[in-house]
Amino acid sequence: MVALDLLLNALAAGILLGGFYAAVSLGIAVAFGLLDVVNIAHPVFVMLGAYVTYIMNVRFGLDPILTGLLFTPVFYVLGVVLYRVYYMSFERKGAESLRGLVFFFGILFIVEVSLLLAFGVDYRMVEASYIGKTFQIGPVGIAFRLLVPCVIGMALTGALYLFLSRTFYGRAIQAVAQDSFALRLMGANPFRVKGIAFGLAIATAALAGALLVMIGPVEPAMNREYIGRVFAVAVLGGMGSIGGTLVAALILGIAESLTSTFYGPSWSVAVSFGVLLLALAVRPSGLFGR
Amino acid sequence: MGGRAFAIVALMLVVAVLVVSSVLDNQYFYFAGYVVLQYVVLATAWNILGGYTGYVNFGTPAFFALGAYTAVVLIQSLTAPLPIQLVAGAIVSGLLGLALGYLTLRLRGVFFSIATLALAVVLQTMFVNWDYTGGARGITLARPATAPLFDSYVQFLFVVMLGLAVLAVATAWWIERSWIGRGLAAIRDNEEAAECMGVPTLRLKLVATTVSGALMGLAGAPFPYYVTFVEPTSVFDLNYAVNSLAMPMIGGSTTWIGPVIGAVLLGTAQQIATVTISSALNLLLVGLILVAFVILAPEGIVGLVQRLARRSRA
Repeated sequence: MVALDLLLNALAAGILLGGFYAAVSLGIAVAFGLLDVVNIAHPVFVMLGAYVTYIMNVRFGLDPILTGLLFTPVFYVLGVVLYRVYYMSFERKGAESLRGLVFFFGILFIVEVSLLLAFGVDYRMVEASYIGKTFQIGPVGIAFRLLVPCVIGMALTGALYLFLSRTFYGRAIQAVAQDSFALRLMGANPFRVKGIAFGLAIATAALAGALLVMIGPVEPAMNREYIGRVFAVAVLGGMGSIGGTLVAALILGIAESLTSTFYGPSWSVAVSFGVLLLALAVRPSGLFGR
Repeated sequence: MGGRAFAIVALMLVVAVLVVSSVLDNQYFYFAGYVVLQYVVLATAWNILGGYTGYVNFGTPAFFALGAYTAVVLIQSLTAPLPIQLVAGAIVSGLLGLALGYLTLRLRGVFFSIATLALAVVLQTMFVNWDYTGGARGITLARPATAPLFDSYVQFLFVVMLGLAVLAVATAWWIERSWIGRGLAAIRDNEEAAECMGVPTLRLKLVATTVSGALMGLAGAPFPYYVTFVEPTSVFDLNYAVNSLAMPMIGGSTTWIGPVIGAVLLGTAQQIATVTISSALNLLLVGLILVAFVILAPEGIVGLVQRLARRSRA
């Protein structure tokens, strides 16, 4: 049965892809889902992470995952600074909706064009000993370049889930999402808590970028297709639910992989945006909505 | 400004542009001028929805490209003349705008904006996979060699776009002054309150999205004859989304003159920068100027001028 083999392989690739999509979407689930900060520029920070990984790999032969981990503090600081600017300019004045959106759109554009100026439109990739390997389970071939990002994506999801549910600051972040006024009455500073959360959201982009460049070659304009993916996952996952984000990412990964296997890869980008439009039109609160 | 004064000023500007262009008699001027005028149409169209109603549309490329591809289909099948292409492009993009308007029933604010972005990508994928219009490779079109009364066809297209720009600005001007404009402003300030006061919010939003979409389609319809080569990546370019939103934001998004100022300044600056520096660098400048304005001068140039005028009076 050739068709069955094809189906099984597509499903396996979809699940692996889904684990990676979870890593890319976590930052949006936190920033957009919990903080109501519409960071439409999140995918461009993932691209930034991918290019940092590329430079470190080509110049110093550094392992992609190690680079991703090493740069999370840098991206965290970037996120905290960005949130500070956003808060001072928009949120404090209550003008966040329209202008904040335009602000992040401008940031997206600036980072993308800067990457374009620095690296051009050529595709860039990284090398590591384990990236090219594959192994077989029955008829299903599993590629390491997909398996490693999936495992790390799931680990990151688990870590973030534990952080948000078990630690003091994690609970504070969830509290600020529910009622920031009540949090202020409890003596905590919502601005500081949101800054930490937004920093974390951007920090995940460093690691997600390392995974992205491991899966395949990257070019600066790629962030645009990820805008649809991350928002589709965040909306479908129920805005800020970490478990929901993982489930939605897996659904999207499988849907894209099946489409790309049976209809051709050129349609797979439309899947995420189609899912997004459908989710927005039919059930904006997502599968696991609050 | 009254209706007659507006018409006289518009007429004088059109005559001035025509005189200057015929004195210069430079083919490059028509090429560059066409792009600037196209941005006047796009920015004005964006502002009818974004500036007056407060719904941020990231999907300008979808409407622009739909207008362009409608023209491509008409050229391919019937070699239809330009006026028919324009009307058809406006109708098709207007219908897409109408559909988008119904989407506002469920999607407010940010969700609406993300949906418009999604719309552009889904539409682009469809055209990438549609062979009749050239698919991903694009399609080359033969443009008529000459137009009656004009030296070259590019000059003719320039004058057509000038006419479309006047039409777009006049439409925005009229909407702003009519009860529609007041209703749209009420929606922008507080949609629920407007609804409660008996403002027909859905009907007004449908008018805004349809007119805005139709004008964007109108801007895209002459594009195939202008470039004579149409491919999905060039007509669905994100630059259209950024520019059509940045220009009203920089000029000032609450009046009809804001997008015009923004489009003329930013559009001209980009045309000069593309020639003298590089096209990537000039896009970076657009991004930086947009972010600077949205943080420091959210009311745009019009707002800055008004603030200065008030201060000098006091």
